[in-house]
Amino acid sequence: MTTPLLSISGLTKAYPGVVANDAVSFDIMEGEVHALLGENGAGKSTLVKMIYGLVKPDSGAMALHGAPYAPPDPHAARKAGVAMVFQHFSLFEAMSVAENVALGMEEPPRLRDLATRIKDVSETYGLPLDPGRIVGDLSAGERQRVEIIRCLLQDPRLLIMDEPTSVLTPQEVEILFQTLRKLSAEGVAILYISHKLEEIRSLCDQATILRQGQNVGTCLPRETSAREMAEMMVGSSFAAPERASRAPGEVALEITGLSVASPSAFGTALKDIHLSVQAGEILGLGGVAGNGQDELLAALSGELPSDAGAIRLNGTPIGWLGPTARRELGLLAAPEERLGHAAAPDMSLTENAFLTGAQREGLTARGFIRWTAARAFARAIIERFDVRTPGPDVAARALSGGNLQKFVIGREVLQRPRVLVVNQPTWGVDAAAAAAIRQALLDLAANGAAILCISQDLDELMEISDRFGALNEGRLSEIRPAQGLSVEEIGLMMGGAHGMEVAHV
Amino acid sequence: MLKLEKRPQPSRLWTWVTPLLAVVITMLAGGALFAALGKDPVEAIATIFWQPLFGEFAFYYRPQLLIKGAPLILIAIGLSLGFRAGIWNIGAEGQYIVGALTGAGVGLAFYPTESVLIFPLMVLAGALGGWAWAMIPAVLKLRFGTNEILVSLMLVYVAEQLLAAMALGPMKNPEGMGFPGSRNLRQYESAHNAELITGTGMHWGVVAAFIAVIFAYVLLTRHSLGYHIRLTGQAPRAARFAGVRPARLVLVCLGTAGALAGLAGMFEVSGPAGQVSIDFNVGYGFTAIIVAFLGRLHPLGILLAGLLMALTYIGGEIAQSNMGLPAAAIQLFQGMLLFFLLAVDVLTNYRIRLARREVA
Repeated sequence: MTTPLLSISGLTKAYPGVVANDAVSFDIMEGEVHALLGENGAGKSTLVKMIYGLVKPDSGAMALHGAPYAPPDPHAARKAGVAMVFQHFSLFEAMSVAENVALGMEEPPRLRDLATRIKDVSETYGLPLDPGRIVGDLSAGERQRVEIIRCLLQDPRLLIMDEPTSVLTPQEVEILFQTLRKLSAEGVAILYISHKLEEIRSLCDQATILRQGQNVGTCLPRETSAREMAEMMVGSSFAAPERASRAPGEVALEITGLSVASPSAFGTALKDIHLSVQAGEILGLGGVAGNGQDELLAALSGELPSDAGAIRLNGTPIGWLGPTARRELGLLAAPEERLGHAAAPDMSLTENAFLTGAQREGLTARGFIRWTAARAFARAIIERFDVRTPGPDVAARALSGGNLQKFVIGREVLQRPRVLVVNQPTWGVDAAAAAAIRQALLDLAANGAAILCISQDLDELMEISDRFGALNEGRLSEIRPAQGLSVEEIGLMMGGAHGMEVAHV
Repeated sequence: MLKLEKRPQPSRLWTWVTPLLAVVITMLAGGALFAALGKDPVEAIATIFWQPLFGEFAFYYRPQLLIKGAPLILIAIGLSLGFRAGIWNIGAEGQYIVGALTGAGVGLAFYPTESVLIFPLMVLAGALGGWAWAMIPAVLKLRFGTNEILVSLMLVYVAEQLLAAMALGPMKNPEGMGFPGSRNLRQYESAHNAELITGTGMHWGVVAAFIAVIFAYVLLTRHSLGYHIRLTGQAPRAARFAGVRPARLVLVCLGTAGALAGLAGMFEVSGPAGQVSIDFNVGYGFTAIIVAFLGRLHPLGILLAGLLMALTYIGGEIAQSNMGLPAAAIQLFQGMLLFFLLAVDVLTNYRIRLARREVA
C-alpha cells in the first residue's frame, strides 16, 4: 500500500461551548477526489481550515507524504503544496484578473509574464479566462476560475474546494468537474466539500461524512445512494415537506416593467421585471448569487422605492410606498442576511419581534411600544416554530443560524401575510430546520397566501414551487411550471454557462 | 496568556460596573501622575473628589455641582440620542453659543420692560437658536451628503466669532463704559434665570436637565421613535427594513441635540453667567461628549456622569488653587476618564480568559 498524500489522525478543535472537530481521522490518496460531507455546522470548515493552516488543532496530527505536517499559517500550507478555493471569493472587483492573481502570490512575476502563464494554465485545464479583464465585470463562475487559477499557479498537490458549486449554474458545474477530473488524472488530490449529494456521487472517489464534529463513516459515493448518505449526514430520517394540492386564486402580487438601479456600486440593477403571483401559489426564483436577488427583495420590501405602478398588491399600486405601509397592506418580506438585515444582532428577540411586527400585530399604542404584547408575540414565534432559545430576552446574535432563521421566517408567517417574499429561506440551516421552514411556507400557501421564494438552492425550489423562473444579471427568465423541468432547462433559464464556453483568449 | 473571548450577549452587570471601574483606574493613574508632579497623590485625589462634597467649604461648592452639571447633562442627553443612531454631532458648543445669543437677544430686546412672558419667550428663542444652528449640518448632510462631524465642528468656530461680534457690537451694553459684553441679565428681573431655592444652585436649567433625563428615558425604552434610534445605530440595514426613514432621524436627532444645547446656553447666559461676553463659552458642549459616553448614552448614566464631571471640574479648580496643580494636569485627569472608560468597555462584550498556548 502506498503512503497517503495527506493523513489526518485524531484532529480535535474545540470552541467555547462547541466541539467543532472531535478526533477526526482519514486519509487522502494521491489523485483522489475526496468528498467531505456534512450538514452546516458539522465541522467541515474547521477541519479544512486546520489543513490550510488557518486554525490550529487542539490535539491530533497530520502527515503529508508521510512526514509530519503542522502548518502554522496558510503561507506554510501553500509552500507544502496545499491550496484552497474558498466559498467566498477574496478578489478586488476594481482590479484586473492578472493583478488579482499577483496579489495572492509570494513573489509575483511581471504582469506581462504572469498574463502569459495565466493563459497557459487556463488553456491547459479548459478554464478560459482573459487576464486583462476587470474582476467586477466577471460572472461568479468566472471569478471562481480566477481563484482556481491562482491556486493552480502554485502547482498544488492537494486542492481544497469549499462548496464550489453553490455559485454555479448546472452547465458551469459540468465545466468545473471536467477541470477537476483532469487535475486528478495528473495526480493532484482534491478535497471537495459539499452537501450536494448527487454532485458528490458523480465526481468523488471517496467520501468522509462528518456529523457534529465526528467522522461518522466513509463510503464510496458511486456505490452509495443519496438517501443513504443523507441519513448518515443527519443521523436519522426526517419528514420531507408535504404539499397539499391547491387551486391558485386571484393575482395577489403583480410586477410590471420593474427597473431599478442597485444602491451599491457593484450591485445588479433590475431590468424590466414582469411577474405575477396568485394567492395560494409559490413562485420560485432561482439564479446564481449576485444576479439581482437582493435588489428584488429590497424593491418588494419597500427599502428600494420604484415607480408606483410597477408593483401592485391586489391591484393597488404600491411601488412608491415604504416598508411600513406595505406591511400594513399585507406584503411581508424576509431578507437573506439574518444578522444585521432581518434582525438586529444585539437586540433581544422581543425587540426583534417588534421590528417587523409593530404594525400588523398592533404592538404600539399612540407611538408607545406595548412591550408585554411584543414579548407575547416573540414567545408565540418561539413556540410555534420550535426556536431553541432560553427565552425572548436573549439577544438575536446568541441564536444559532438555523434557530434565528426559524424565528425570522416565523415572525413573518405568523403575521398572516397576503404576500410573503423570502430570500434564501433555508441558507445555512440544518436539514431538519430547513424542512420545517419549507413546510411552513407550503402551509402558508395552502391557506391562501401568495409566496415569492428567491433561492439559490434548486432542490428547494423544485420541492416547493408551483412555477419557476430565474434571475440572470437583473433580468427575469420566462416563468414556467416547475413540474417536469429538467436540470438542463433550469440551467439555461439561469443563463446557461454565462457565455463561459466562449474563450476570451 | 490572556485571551479575549466574545460573550454571547452583552453583559448587563459589566455595563454598569465598567464606568465605576474606569473611575477607579483613573484615580490610580491620576494619582501616579500627580505623584510624578511631586504632589501627594492621596491628597490630590481627595481634594478633587472629597472637598467639593464634604470639605470645609462644601456649602459653597455643592450648589456649584448642579450649576455646572445641569448644562452638561442637558447637552449630553441631546447628543446621546444622535450618538445612539450613529449621527455624530460634535458641534454642541456652537449650538450652545447660538442658543445663548438668541435667548439673551430676546431678553435684551425687551429691556427694560418687565413682564412674566419675557423669560418663557427667551427659553423658546434659546431652543430655536440651537435648533437652527444644528439644522445647518443636518440639511447639508441630507441635501449634499456632507459629513455632519466636520460641518457641526466647524460651525463651533463660526459661532465663537458670532459671539465675539455680538459682545462687541449689537449686544454691547450701552451703559457699559466701553467694556465688551452685554447688559447683565441678572439685574433685569424679567429675564433673570434666578435660583429657585436660595443656596441650592437649583435654577430653571437644572429643572430642564432633569426633565430631559426623564423624557429621554421614556423615549428610549417605551417609544417607537426611541426604538428606531437604537435600531438605526445598531443595525442600519435592519432599520431601513423595519421602515425607518434615515433622513427623518437625522433631522430629529440633530434638531433635538441642537435645541437642548441651545436651552443650556440660554439658561447659562441668563443665570450663572449673566451676560453675553467674549469668553462666555467654557467648553460645556465638548465636555458633554465625554459625559454622554461616560454615561453609556443611557439617560440615568448621563445624569450620574454629568454630576461626576462637574465634581472633577470643581475639585480640579480647588486642587489648582490649593495645591498648585497645573491646569493641564487636571485636564489630563479628565481626559483619562474617557480613555479608561473606552478601554474597559471591551469587558461588556468580551470576557478575559486565561488560555494555554495553543498546540501547534
